[in-house]
Amino acid sequence: MSWITGTGLTPFGKHPGRSTLDLMSSAAAAAIADAGLERRDIDGLLTGYSTTFPHLMLSTVFAEHFGLSPRYAHAIQLGGATGFAMVMLAHHLVEAHLADHVLVVAGENRLTGQTRDAAVQALAQVGHPRYEVPLGATIPAYYGLVATRYMHEFGVTEADFAELSVLMRGHASEHPDAQFREPITVADVLASKPVASPLKLLDCCPVSDGGAAFVVSRERINDIAVRIVGTGQAHTHQHISAAPSLTHFGAAASASTALDAAGSTLDDIGYLAIYDSFTITITILLEELGLAPRAGAAEIARTGGFSRGGAKPLNTHGGLLSYGHCGVGGAMAHLVEAHRQLTGRCGPRQVTDPRRALLHGDGGVLSSHVSLVIESAA
Amino acid sequence: MSNGDEILDWSTGSEGIAYQRCDDCGHVWYLTRAFCATCGSLAVRQHQAAGLGRVATTTLVSRPPSEKWKEYAPYSLALIDADEGFRLMAHVERDARIGDRVRARYLSFEDTPIPVFMCTDP
Repeated sequence: MSWITGTGLTPFGKHPGRSTLDLMSSAAAAAIADAGLERRDIDGLLTGYSTTFPHLMLSTVFAEHFGLSPRYAHAIQLGGATGFAMVMLAHHLVEAHLADHVLVVAGENRLTGQTRDAAVQALAQVGHPRYEVPLGATIPAYYGLVATRYMHEFGVTEADFAELSVLMRGHASEHPDAQFREPITVADVLASKPVASPLKLLDCCPVSDGGAAFVVSRERINDIAVRIVGTGQAHTHQHISAAPSLTHFGAAASASTALDAAGSTLDDIGYLAIYDSFTITITILLEELGLAPRAGAAEIARTGGFSRGGAKPLNTHGGLLSYGHCGVGGAMAHLVEAHRQLTGRCGPRQVTDPRRALLHGDGGVLSSHVSLVIESAA
Repeated sequence: MSNGDEILDWSTGSEGIAYQRCDDCGHVWYLTRAFCATCGSLAVRQHQAAGLGRVATTTLVSRPPSEKWKEYAPYSLALIDADEGFRLMAHVERDARIGDRVRARYLSFEDTPIPVFMCTDP
């Protein structure tokens, strides 16, 4: 058995002058304090990676900097799926008695620590260095290719995609630490600057500075502990050129493994934390996971089904699309919000008795999938 | 790896598209490797593609990754299903749509011949 016993999250946006290690430290200190622990209690450490601070040994660099002497430590790299993959591993590490309290932490000054072109180029490298990147491809282009095909296959429209962006912005408007909080309309999304058709600027998550952390423990050491009850992964390809399908990915397989492990079905799920790097990403994930029929996610978003008072509240902090995306910490913010929802600590954003949450992360170009099911103790 | 004749491939600087086929299981693929990822066989050979295929999907890139791509922007990228049974990423003419029949031409970019697929008769 394993429990998420504390979480920490910085505001996302611009943190000029703050480094990767600074942002990781802020989030880690907050998570450890939230758990009611001290640094000396942490005996396991998992870190992500940082494009502004590439290092062979980020976990021990961080341990030294922050003041930890763990008996288990390393970094993990799985793109946008890294955060949930670290939680899955932490779950198994504490169950195997390799550690009592694993600190999972990531942070990056992705926005102010480099130029915009450097960020775009660094992220494009998830593409193939010989057959894709030299064509002038970018991450939005890889997802644009998927979006065009998805529209063709299922009749989804650009206005449909826009509904998910509008929803996330509405949620972010209620979170004081979100990067973008001013409400937007479908018309605003449709009129925003073209990036890689059909994706426009407001279909794309921003680049952010920020950090996020959690503590995963074997025992239920406090009354905000949330149990990890199911985990799953699926990996079907790396490069979109080599994907077995342009419309069906590993999300369903990953989530069904996690739900089966939890003894759950989608009907038991009261809160959703789903990766939303682009509006096409979250549209596909919601529809492949069975949380909406094909071409149906927008209608549910429009009619409140994914809102705070709806049947399946989704990313109530605003998601990557509006809370922001600082790299590995981006999707970890989804888990921080889910943990706070399940422990009744979301204030005006609080969902009524969510009980169980399904989390899903995707790395690369819908390449790597990690799903988690977590459950409140009560 | 070679059939004897020189196989031309844009990724190594010559106008052409190469692909590979496994002599043992018949699997066909694009991203070069020294073995078959389906059956593990080392009996793989490189072949010259005809440069004909159909558009699987497209995107018009308006925000390029670097200064040197800015003078070409906006440009259309596509995934092309080649007649030989593999899929590749390439440039494509702006008006191309999913399902269109296309033929490869080449655009010189920084000394690399980038494949650009143009619509052709079905």
